Amino acid sequence: MALIDIRDDYLAQTRRKRIYGGLLVVIFVAMMVSGFRVADARNAGGFWTGLSSVGDFPADVVSEAVAKVANLPGHMVRALPAMVETLNIAVVATLLGCMAGTALAMGATRGLARWPRLVPLMRRISDVFRAVPEIVIALVLIFILGGGPVPAVIAIAIHTAGAMGKLFSEVNENVDLKPLDGLASVGATWSQRIWLGVIPQVAPNYLSYALLRLEVNIRASAILGFVGAGGIGYELRNAMTFGQGKFDQAAAIFLMLFAAIVVVDQISGLARNRLTHGAPL
Amino acid sequence: MTAIPMPADDLRDSTIRLMTRKRRIALAVPALILVYLAYVAVAFDLGGLAQRARLDNAAILLADAVSHKVHVTRDNRRETLQVSVEGSNRAVFSESQIPDWVQAQGDGARIDLGAGHVVTYDGPRVVYDIPDYGPVTLDTSDGVSVQVPGGTLPDFINASPTRATITTDQGRVTATASRTETLRYFWGWEMFFFDLSSPFSGMTAGQVLSTIIGGAPLVEGVSNLSLALSEFWTNDIWQHGAVAWAIFETVLMAFLGTFGAAFVALPLAFLAAQNFTPSRWLRFAVRRVFDFVRGVDALIFTIILSRAFGPGPLTGALAILLTDTGSFGKLFSEALENVDDKPIEGIRSTGANAVQRYRFGVIPQVLPVLLSQMLYFLESNTRSATIIGAITGGGIGLLLTQAIQTTQDWEKVTYYILLVIVMVIAMDSLSGWLRRKLIRGA
Repeated sequence: MALIDIRDDYLAQTRRKRIYGGLLVVIFVAMMVSGFRVADARNAGGFWTGLSSVGDFPADVVSEAVAKVANLPGHMVRALPAMVETLNIAVVATLLGCMAGTALAMGATRGLARWPRLVPLMRRISDVFRAVPEIVIALVLIFILGGGPVPAVIAIAIHTAGAMGKLFSEVNENVDLKPLDGLASVGATWSQRIWLGVIPQVAPNYLSYALLRLEVNIRASAILGFVGAGGIGYELRNAMTFGQGKFDQAAAIFLMLFAAIVVVDQISGLARNRLTHGAPL
Repeated sequence: MTAIPMPADDLRDSTIRLMTRKRRIALAVPALILVYLAYVAVAFDLGGLAQRARLDNAAILLADAVSHKVHVTRDNRRETLQVSVEGSNRAVFSESQIPDWVQAQGDGARIDLGAGHVVTYDGPRVVYDIPDYGPVTLDTSDGVSVQVPGGTLPDFINASPTRATITTDQGRVTATASRTETLRYFWGWEMFFFDLSSPFSGMTAGQVLSTIIGGAPLVEGVSNLSLALSEFWTNDIWQHGAVAWAIFETVLMAFLGTFGAAFVALPLAFLAAQNFTPSRWLRFAVRRVFDFVRGVDALIFTIILSRAFGPGPLTGALAILLTDTGSFGKLFSEALENVDDKPIEGIRSTGANAVQRYRFGVIPQVLPVLLSQMLYFLESNTRSATIIGAITGGGIGLLLTQAIQTTQDWEKVTYYILLVIVMVIAMDSLSGWLRRKLIRGA
């Protein structure tokens, strides 16, 4: 084959690739634009008419909060128990969800599972748990258990168990099996092998994922409060539905929620850094 | 490998010390967790919850999720009789459609609940003949009076001067001054395919199929297949068309939000990456913007945006877009800081300008990483869009919350939940498939 043929071939291939790439981009942009137009048409208010008033509501809240700035600390203190409840919901749900997720992961990893035949079943369970949005379980449980933090905890924990079941089992795939063989050779039972051979290897990764999940769950817990599961979201909705006149309270809650999310994100970020890069000696 | 020379005693001591410390931690951590859980159990009032829990609600929910009831209602003021599914005005049986276990004559009726249970409406008087017990008579002409065979009311009859309810395994009879209602339960979801006003109503699956394949057109000028499809799509009770639109809206919110955010975040990420933006202050400012947007959270954005744009999918999409701009900005700028400088140098040496350097030197390096992150977010945003939809009023999330809040149509709630799960799993597989395809293709 002559050199020129090869060059032509290569150029043709590049051109084809570029056309495909360009075509993909065009299709994608068309999808975005038409999707935006459909969403705009189905929205109660239009995008372009609403755009000018986006700032109105925050401006109302801020101006009222500034006018009544002396009230803010009082509102914050009054909302503190609700904030603590939201944090508690997130922490308990993360704890319980991670425990269940660990169990699911141990059962869903080939080579580690106690009952290898159940591996596909465990995976499907994680998939379904992960797929259910928290709000679905929360609303059904609120109907049965009444409003309050417990439905939110159960809802978030189930979703967390599914998500962690998947992430943890991915961590488990990389476990070094030699310590397990060693433990098996001295007659360790399955639970001893897992507890002494696997957990020490995976603990830093597990913890890191669990902390990341805690950040997500605090947001979820605030949102669930908004639909009736107690905590700061519930207080926020009450202040919001009252509207003008209670915006200082809404502003105080906004600020507190924002601060809590940022603080937890920062702490967990630092802790995760330490877990992945090792503790400074 | 050389061992560090160390007296055996020292080594043993330090090992033992390390082991005791580890053992202490191994005991302390579960103990702390237990103490915390105990505190939360008190704070969340678990004891009170056991009393507040409505297990009867759970039983209703479970039974209703897989069954439906047919109401036979006599309006005691207007003296009319109506047979309907779930008591819905949209599912009233016409004269000719009334099932054969109800024999109606004017406003009177003989209702066969099966297993020998028979309810007879006779003017304002209702007689419920219960096998092994005897006839129970309810009279609604003046308040509600109950006559039972033994004289004392058994557990399954709940009576007050204005209302009486008889609940048996076969059904339920409720009588008030204004109306008398008999409920019979049936297994399955009623009229899932065709509602009562449809010409296909009441046919078995086989009959529907044979009508579609070889039957004479039920409506002049329309083929039976397209008639069946349009009847299914516009089913008045299950509203398949509206539900499909709602799911589409939810996916649309996730799609617009995720990729819109990526679109906004990519240029900003260059400003936050150390190797592309020498100015420390600019970098700092952009990064704080990302942190702020991420911290404010979708809930608050949803509230603010729905005030300006009203409820709907656009509001949800914009809320996702704003929140994810923060997350993507952070992730993208980290990916950009990890790019290899050599290809960029090479392209610069051919005389390329900045845009060309970015397009051919940087983007090909980071694109697989960015795309895979976007696709991860697309899947999780489908779930977020369901939740945001419940707050901002769009998509399947809204339908679901409405169905749950009416606390009646649990079969619809079950249907929506199944649809949501299928939707999320489908998006998960789609994003996984695209991810594998793109990363392997690149």
